[in-house]
Amino acid sequence: MTAARPQRLRDYAPLVFPALMLTVFFVVPFGIMVAISFFRRVQGAFYEPDFVFDNYARFLSAFFGQVLGFSLVLAALVALVAVTIAFPFTFLLARLSRRWQVVWLVALLSIVSLSEVIVGFAWSTLFSRTAGVTNILVALGLMSEPMSLSPSFGALLTGLSYHAFPYTVLVLYPALARLDPTLMEAARTLGASPPRAFVTVVVPALRNTILATMIMVFVFALGSYLLPQLLGRPSNWTLSVLITDQAIYQSNLPFAAAMAVFLVLVSLALVGLSLLVGRKEAAQ
Amino acid sequence: MSRLFTRLFMALVALVLAAPIVVVAGVSFNAQRTLTFPPVGFSLAWFGEVFTDAGWRGALLTSLAIAAGSAALAVAIAFPLAWFLWRWHAPWARLFQALGTAPFILPPVITALGFLSFWATAGFYGAPWTVVISHAIFLVTLPLVTITLGFSSVDRSLTEAAATMGADDRTVLRTVVLPLVTPYLVSGYAFAFVLSLNEYIIAYMVAGFTVETLPIKIFNALRYGYTPTMAAVTVFFVAAAALIFSFVARFGDLPRLLGAWSSNES
Repeated sequence: MTAARPQRLRDYAPLVFPALMLTVFFVVPFGIMVAISFFRRVQGAFYEPDFVFDNYARFLSAFFGQVLGFSLVLAALVALVAVTIAFPFTFLLARLSRRWQVVWLVALLSIVSLSEVIVGFAWSTLFSRTAGVTNILVALGLMSEPMSLSPSFGALLTGLSYHAFPYTVLVLYPALARLDPTLMEAARTLGASPPRAFVTVVVPALRNTILATMIMVFVFALGSYLLPQLLGRPSNWTLSVLITDQAIYQSNLPFAAAMAVFLVLVSLALVGLSLLVGRKEAAQ
Repeated sequence: MSRLFTRLFMALVALVLAAPIVVVAGVSFNAQRTLTFPPVGFSLAWFGEVFTDAGWRGALLTSLAIAAGSAALAVAIAFPLAWFLWRWHAPWARLFQALGTAPFILPPVITALGFLSFWATAGFYGAPWTVVISHAIFLVTLPLVTITLGFSSVDRSLTEAAATMGADDRTVLRTVVLPLVTPYLVSGYAFAFVLSLNEYIIAYMVAGFTVETLPIKIFNALRYGYTPTMAAVTVFFVAAAALIFSFVARFGDLPRLLGAWSSNES
């Protein structure tokens, strides 16, 4: 039995509540935010209705360009690190016994759902002088005394990659779990060693999945707003931090909204691209 | 050789994933008010403080209440939508499915700012219940995905048989479909619950000045220095997530929920 088209009006009844909720609490807020991005900021008050492009014109400043450039480079680096480690990892994970897969999946889910506050706190403890990794190096005689490694760009990159890694594995998992096992077998029969078969057969077969995953992780990293504050220096702040800062502490909602609209456009374009790339592979 | 390399690689990943959590757990057992690792002395006082200190206990209860409420609301939105999309052929209604997925894929700061603009315009800025609705919309993706998956696993010949024997839509849903979909519904609730518990930016933007959830409380406290209490709260977060996802794995099919087709491989 294939599903029929709804016939009577009351067939639509189950749709009413979800449609209403999503429209009122997602579409409308989104519309209000877009409207506010064209409003004029009033010093001392908040903003008043208008239709100006001032908030978008501020994008042309060198400061904004620098923050945007940094955010994009940082997100790209995180995507690269996470996917490079996660792809072979997920391949191996999907070949473990079911029991071990479940154990790993529970662990990965627990870490990916952790708040950025928690991840930031945990890593800054690990990078601290009193409880950090440098104490191990001192104990091994590789360093003379423990030191603090945070805040720094390296600390930020580590924290972000740590948070993005389980996300990447979960995005890659379906494709690698469904991967045709005969693909590897055929390569092995023809005499390729497992690592060689992996590099020359599995990676090219899933290159579009890899690309699509990279874009998804890029968007995920672009959204981080607390780790740059907890693990990075002020020069390491990203667009998401800037948006929060303008909205809450500078009370400049119109400018924050304009930046958010810009971020939406960038993210939507990237997500669309990743869907397109992913679909191309499914069609092959 | 290759097998050894595989084991080594997996073990290394496990070590890096566990390291920050192990260190934080160790720090939470310090006898003194310092963050040293390995801990000096052993004490569970910091765990006790989470429950005895009015500030931490209040934040914990607020977080739990918001998570329970918003996960329930998210399921209430996702279930009828997923059922409608499965029961009827209505391509345009997929629009709402896309709307339910969008907030989760976009950077969360965008959704947060949207809610801030909305609640401020509507005049409810700062009210605690606005966090519940905001979280429900933000997290509706999770039950939507799991419940949709649940419906797709229902054999349509079962509902057809029930209908032939005279059951109306409502009866089929209640007696045939619902029991089959329940594990997916519970998983969706669990996912939304854990993520709401950990969510910071939306809660902060919508009601950060009046409502203190645990993540907000931790971030505010970080500014005045790090204490072992925070480490204890972190251990609580990790334990809660691991416990809830273990339950999901125990009563549901986690690999299948996360996108692997086969469920009967050993």
